[in-house]
Amino acid sequence: MIENYLNIFINAIFIENLALSVFLGMCTFIAISKKIEAAIGLGIAVIVVLAITVPINNLIYNYVLRDGALSWAGLSDVDLSFVGLISYIGVIAACVQILEMFLDKYVPVLYNALGIFLPLITVNCAILGASLFMVEKDLYFGESVAYGLGAGVGWALAITILAGIREKLKYSDMPEGLQGLGSTFIIVGLMSFGFMSFGGIIL
Amino acid sequence: MSNYSEILFRPVFKENPIALQMLGICSALAVTSKLYPTLIMCVALTVTVSLSNFFISMIRNITPSNIRIIVQMTIISSLVILVDQALKAYDYETSKTLSVFVGLIITNCIVMGRAEAFAMQNPPGVSFLDGFGNGLGYSVILIILGTIRELFGTGTILEYEIFPLVQNGGWYVPNNFFLLPPVSFILIGLIIWALRAWQRDQIEEPEFSMSKNSPEIIPNPPPAPSSKGSS
Repeated sequence: MIENYLNIFINAIFIENLALSVFLGMCTFIAISKKIEAAIGLGIAVIVVLAITVPINNLIYNYVLRDGALSWAGLSDVDLSFVGLISYIGVIAACVQILEMFLDKYVPVLYNALGIFLPLITVNCAILGASLFMVEKDLYFGESVAYGLGAGVGWALAITILAGIREKLKYSDMPEGLQGLGSTFIIVGLMSFGFMSFGGIIL
Repeated sequence: MSNYSEILFRPVFKENPIALQMLGICSALAVTSKLYPTLIMCVALTVTVSLSNFFISMIRNITPSNIRIIVQMTIISSLVILVDQALKAYDYETSKTLSVFVGLIITNCIVMGRAEAFAMQNPPGVSFLDGFGNGLGYSVILIILGTIRELFGTGTILEYEIFPLVQNGGWYVPNNFFLLPPVSFILIGLIIWALRAWQRDQIEEPEFSMSKNSPEIIPNPPPAPSSKGSS
């Protein structure tokens, strides 16, 4: 039982890393990775949001949306899975809003550091992507907690590494056209090759 | 009239959403290993972004600004659900290949970004054009990626054999390297490099510049203090 959860957790961090294997959340991933402090802050925010929204969406999917899920309400042949997208994004938007108000009140330093990018977590594909992958993998509640947490940790790990590399690279002398965005893409490509080598791990 | 074509074509090269504005990158990477799904993805995104711009712009004057994000989200997700259902109905195979990425158009920053930056301030017709132009800018990059990756990865374009493959008696050994997802990052990096070599105003200022080791050699030494006054 524990091994199953651990397996999903490790799998989500290294093998199916949201940023480096499935390429989700790339816009924020590339935009916020200039400074390592901001990257860590955003990474933590993503971990928190993922760990909350994936299990909630799992409950919504299993008890409201999936085929026959409404049998407890006497509607056994109703399939609402086509409104999935809109309900997941609703849950995510609400959670991000709450997190934003919480940070504004209790952790203003982090709130100021994240700035505009906290509301943008709503449109971060990594968050919605994790919920959609959770549905596609057909996880049940306990597994979805492990998956959400692992996916968040994996994304945070990836953005921290990238920010570290970019901080060092700003002293390097690059061709003009590669300055900034171009070189970042190539670095992420190489990091992604690195993460592919985790592919063989089976727990 | 030139104003309209400006709105339509500006996002294609001058302000390309992927290469300059860093928007909508996620799907550019994951779906481009074959050209056909790439094309479907481009159509899906262009339809969504044009229509969402159109509708959001139509109700821009009656949307209270503090709940606009939720309103935009609702419009965008309804459109994406339509696209997703249409795709499942008419091209089920491709919809399987694209898996979650059609749904992820909702969170594609291009759609949200254009809604915020353009559709909220402009009338519906122009917003539609702007959305369409941004869809085109996205499609250009995706199609270049999809073509390169399919051509070198499998020797075909749209399943039609361009390079005769070794197993069919030809000469081309397919380079599976190009089918790996990370390659699209490196290709986008190179495309950006090429684009910036052409549109030089897009080059970013370096944060630090190296000071030269040796004092610079001045090509034209300033004239020696003139001896005119002494005479």
